[in-house]
Amino acid sequence: MRILLVEDDRETASYLVKALREVGHVPDHAADGEEGAFLLDANKYDVIIVDRMLPKKDGLTLVEETRRKGNDTPVLILSALGQVDDRVTGLRAGGDDYLAKPYAFAELLARIEVLARRRKPGEAETLLKVGELELDRLSHLVHRGDINIPLQPREFRLLEYLMKHAGQVVTRTMLLENVWDYHFDPQTNVIDVHISRLRSKIDKGFSEPLLHTVRGAGYMVRDGVR
Amino acid sequence: MTAFGKVVRTTAFKLSAIYFVVFSVFAIAFVGWITRETDRFLTQQVRDTIEAEIGVLADEGLRSGLTGIVAAIEQRSRVPGASLYVVTDSEGRVVAGNVTEVPPALLKLSGLEPVTVPYKRLEGETSHHIAMVQVLPLPNGFRMLIGRDISEIERIRELIGKAMISAVVLLIFLALVSWFFVSRRVLKRIDSVTATSRQIMAGDLSGRLEVTPAGDEFDRLAENLNAMLDRIVHLLHGLKDISDNIAHDLKTPLTRLRTRVETTLAGPAEIEAYRAALEATIEESDQLIRTFNALLMIARVEAGSPDGALGPLDMAQIAADVVEFYEPVAEEAGVALKLSVEGPLPLHGSRELISQALTNLLDNAIKYVGSGEPAVATPVVNVAAQRVENEIVVSVSDNGPGIPESERLRVLQRFVRLEKSRSQPGSGLGLSLVDAVVKLHHGTVAMSDAGPGLVVTLRFPAET
Repeated sequence: MRILLVEDDRETASYLVKALREVGHVPDHAADGEEGAFLLDANKYDVIIVDRMLPKKDGLTLVEETRRKGNDTPVLILSALGQVDDRVTGLRAGGDDYLAKPYAFAELLARIEVLARRRKPGEAETLLKVGELELDRLSHLVHRGDINIPLQPREFRLLEYLMKHAGQVVTRTMLLENVWDYHFDPQTNVIDVHISRLRSKIDKGFSEPLLHTVRGAGYMVRDGVR
Repeated sequence: MTAFGKVVRTTAFKLSAIYFVVFSVFAIAFVGWITRETDRFLTQQVRDTIEAEIGVLADEGLRSGLTGIVAAIEQRSRVPGASLYVVTDSEGRVVAGNVTEVPPALLKLSGLEPVTVPYKRLEGETSHHIAMVQVLPLPNGFRMLIGRDISEIERIRELIGKAMISAVVLLIFLALVSWFFVSRRVLKRIDSVTATSRQIMAGDLSGRLEVTPAGDEFDRLAENLNAMLDRIVHLLHGLKDISDNIAHDLKTPLTRLRTRVETTLAGPAEIEAYRAALEATIEESDQLIRTFNALLMIARVEAGSPDGALGPLDMAQIAADVVEFYEPVAEEAGVALKLSVEGPLPLHGSRELISQALTNLLDNAIKYVGSGEPAVATPVVNVAAQRVENEIVVSVSDNGPGIPESERLRVLQRFVRLEKSRSQPGSGLGLSLVDAVVKLHHGTVAMSDAGPGLVVTLRFPAET
């Protein structure tokens, strides 16, 4: 995946570039907003990571200008300001996701992978399938093989989100934001409990587990035999 | 700015100027009105007298002819303060009267209305007087003039004019005096307020404004400002306590973190040991970040800049969502989580913040409901939301050990954790956030005994 990282802090940037390369991505780095705009005009990227506060041209302006040029490459905005209203201004400027500093690299990675995938067609699929697990978004029915799995509405949405991003790491924060629309950090790991409950419904009694825990990052629904 | 400009800009000057202008206008109008009315009254009196004289003399004329009129005039002229009389023949010669030197043209007229003319009396007078006269035609070309001296009226007019000028002069003087008084007495107090507040702004928070026994508006202002200063001092002390707590509570995990890294480095260079230490370090720094975020959040909420937009909400929905969110956690902890709401419960606020506040309360309740000695056999946490008159009342109650009454207010403060509960994870910020969120929504937090257990009640003003 080709990634543009616009970040003025040299140390953060070199660490991120190195880490992104290690997981197989191709990152370009721009140290300020103008360099970022130049690289965006010259190359095509799968995802753009933009720091909000940048020299020469700030992150939000860069995103706005990019959108005005008709470039709809997914943008992840990074910021030291993590409050909801900052998030709202970031998204309004044309960002697709917002991540507050300090963040775990696993969180950043999970989010850019989901963002890059979001562009691909087939967004409106009504039937999600992972292995023999099927989720019908219209009838709200879930079954694995021949066995019907009754889920509560929230469990359904949780599984739907996980299956929509099958094969990708989904972090706890992403689940909180997208399934519950909560942007705060609950003191107890409530998400883990919800996941283990969901897991007991879809994986219990089957030899091949579909809902996996990714250590230090989050969860992933994946067909084991793939 | 010039010294004059400064004076002009003072409130005292402006007030005095307005006072002066308004009162001058009123005084001039009033005096003018009196002058006009007096004038009219006196003139009317003179006219009436002239008309009466004409009536009497006309009667005399009818009775005894011209000689009768002349005789009557001769007689009347001798009375002190007599009217003016002139009778002329057809040639214009004076045949009777007590007046010399009236404008000769006047006698040619035969006006029915009195006119004002200068004249001289017969008895050796040298100066002219002013009189109001009326000329009547008599038979055979004779004419008769009858008049009254009006110099008195002129004098009264002059007098009133002078009085008017003195009144205006006096008003100017009064305005100047009041200006002096206002600036010296009243503005001096405003200046003293300004001076004291400058001193306080410069950092001396112990300074207070002077309150005189007069109990006037300035004293009330001073009292209010002093109360405000007391509140600021109180808040500053609170802030200092908080900073001390923060310093202490953040230093402890940082020290722990540093010690762990140091001892790992000092130990044998084993990859497994390093990995374990690094993982623990990440966990510890995440906890620190969480604490920082919570602190920032509380500060933001307390400063009144809410996180996200405020809008219309349904408390019943929020409570149901949070209970649903925590239900698996309660089940895992073996706690029965019950919800009783009567909705919809409309209120204005932030879904995010109220959800977080309720989450914190639920988290605490589930954490501590089973911590009593001995633990309760069937731990229960109840969430209830209902409308009571104009309030939306949300309560989270448990049947656990509760909180002693003396500690209930204290636990709302930052970093305060009851000693016996230190074994549980937590930052001691959860209830502080609840408190801040409720205050932002103009609500109240109350803690009471659920007998047994604790009930935390949040009251919000309902949206009407």
